[in-house]
Amino acid sequence: MEKTWNNKAWFMVLPVLVLVAFSAVIPLMTVVNYSVQDTFGNNEFFWAGTDWFLDVLESDRFWDALTRNLIFSAIILAIEIPLGIVIALNMPKKGIGVPICLVLMALPLLIPWNVVGTIWQVFGRVDIGLLGRTLATLGINYNYVQNPLDAWVTLIIMDVWHWTSLVVLLCYAGLVSIPDAYYQAAKIDGASRWSVFRYIQLPKMKRVLLIAFLLRFMDSFMIYTEPFVVTGGGPGNSTTFLSIDLVKMAIGQFDLGPAAALSIIYFLIILLLSWIFYTVMTTSDAQG
Amino acid sequence: MMTNKQPLSQRLSWLVPTLYIVFLLLPIYWLVNMSFKETSEILSTFSLWPQNPTLRNYTVIFTDPSWYSGYINSITYVVLNTLISVTVALPAAYAFSRYRFLGDKHLFFWLLTNRMAPPAVFALPFFQLYSAFGLIDTHIAVAIAHCLFNVPLAVWILEGFMSGVPKEIDETAYIDGYSFPRFFVKIFVPLIASGIGVAAFFCFMFSWVELLIARTLTTTDAKPIAATMTRTVSASGLDWGVLAAAGVLTIIPGALVIYFVRNYIAKGFALGRV
Repeated sequence: MEKTWNNKAWFMVLPVLVLVAFSAVIPLMTVVNYSVQDTFGNNEFFWAGTDWFLDVLESDRFWDALTRNLIFSAIILAIEIPLGIVIALNMPKKGIGVPICLVLMALPLLIPWNVVGTIWQVFGRVDIGLLGRTLATLGINYNYVQNPLDAWVTLIIMDVWHWTSLVVLLCYAGLVSIPDAYYQAAKIDGASRWSVFRYIQLPKMKRVLLIAFLLRFMDSFMIYTEPFVVTGGGPGNSTTFLSIDLVKMAIGQFDLGPAAALSIIYFLIILLLSWIFYTVMTTSDAQG
Repeated sequence: MMTNKQPLSQRLSWLVPTLYIVFLLLPIYWLVNMSFKETSEILSTFSLWPQNPTLRNYTVIFTDPSWYSGYINSITYVVLNTLISVTVALPAAYAFSRYRFLGDKHLFFWLLTNRMAPPAVFALPFFQLYSAFGLIDTHIAVAIAHCLFNVPLAVWILEGFMSGVPKEIDETAYIDGYSFPRFFVKIFVPLIASGIGVAAFFCFMFSWVELLIARTLTTTDAKPIAATMTRTVSASGLDWGVLAAAGVLTIIPGALVIYFVRNYIAKGFALGRV
């Protein structure tokens, strides 16, 4: 749509600007402030320059947490995106099944994140959980509290449980926008199931898939509450992601300098990702 | 062979969503199951349904102020946040969908970065900022803090819905002699009512599910139910039955409202862009 140039529109944006600036810019300035200073307590600060940044960038702790984050994101994307597509393709197109599927599938998305953690913490426990107990009965040695691999598997299944529906809903929204005429034409041409998917459904889902991919990547990149509740970052440090490490540093140990420097590095990564997201969205907006 | 295979795979296609839904409901079923058991029964016997169904856990929550005030606190700041977010986002979304102005694209992008910002980065600075204003442990502090990600979300969603309304409607209204505020309230808002509903729903939801910031900014008077739950876990009392009942009660608000937005939920998650 053609938009008119009107700088007075700024007045309409002003309330948002003030509110978000209060919640975002002032706290960020505090973080910047801490990241370049050191203190011996008593509110006496002195200039530390880029020391904290170098400390963070040289520490194994940061790179390990970052690596864990990236591996986690890669695994859940590799599971959730294909699974979401398969489920969306097999969803009913009309009738009573549609609202039932939509409502039930959206359910996990609306559960408070720490309750999601609690649900899985309980569900996976060997003594009282359905999953843990069943696996134990089957003779599988599973204990997410002690075994890092089990902890990872639990977190990944939990994330799949929590967020695959997002991919399903987005793909489904893309699929129902395909006119019936497309399918009829494909039928007349004798197209196989695979070519219908490849040449009709996939192109129509391209945009929503992109959104799903980017949203899932970013949200999994800043995951905090669920692993915090289930594993607390353990066993050892095996599930300590960047967010968990950051909160541990800032609120647990009160290491303000390194925590602030880590915050800024973390934020810059997110900024870069958001920029990619924005560019991709606006170019696909332009394409329609 | 093709003609034989096609109907079979189609007849079985209902299996995929069904199995998925079973997978989704299993952990929730287990939580509900536990919430109707005494803690001693949870720890001693392993059963797929309560042997001695009890409402004790729910009674505890509804009679103990430290439990039910958590729900009241959560709902208070969530509703406050939803009201604030949608109110300020409406004019801004209109501006973004109708006009070009200096720095509009940068502003729109900057808003998005806040939706994507990790709450962990903001937890400590928020605590200090709100301490400075003496707002710690108030509902309004959490409501305003959650605006960080909800206002951008509301702007994006509303902008998506507003862009679907043809501009000719605005122009016709102005020619008919409507002033901007009257046009906005009388004509435009009813046109995008579903968009406002969806934006409100998503603000409600993201404020409801967030814990880290809400927990950091509150101690007792405004403590959200989610934080009350984590305290119980760490306080070794570990009353599993009550914990499960509290969990079940946090699922209910979402489950109730979801029905009304089921057809728009994908659009909301896509930030108004499906």
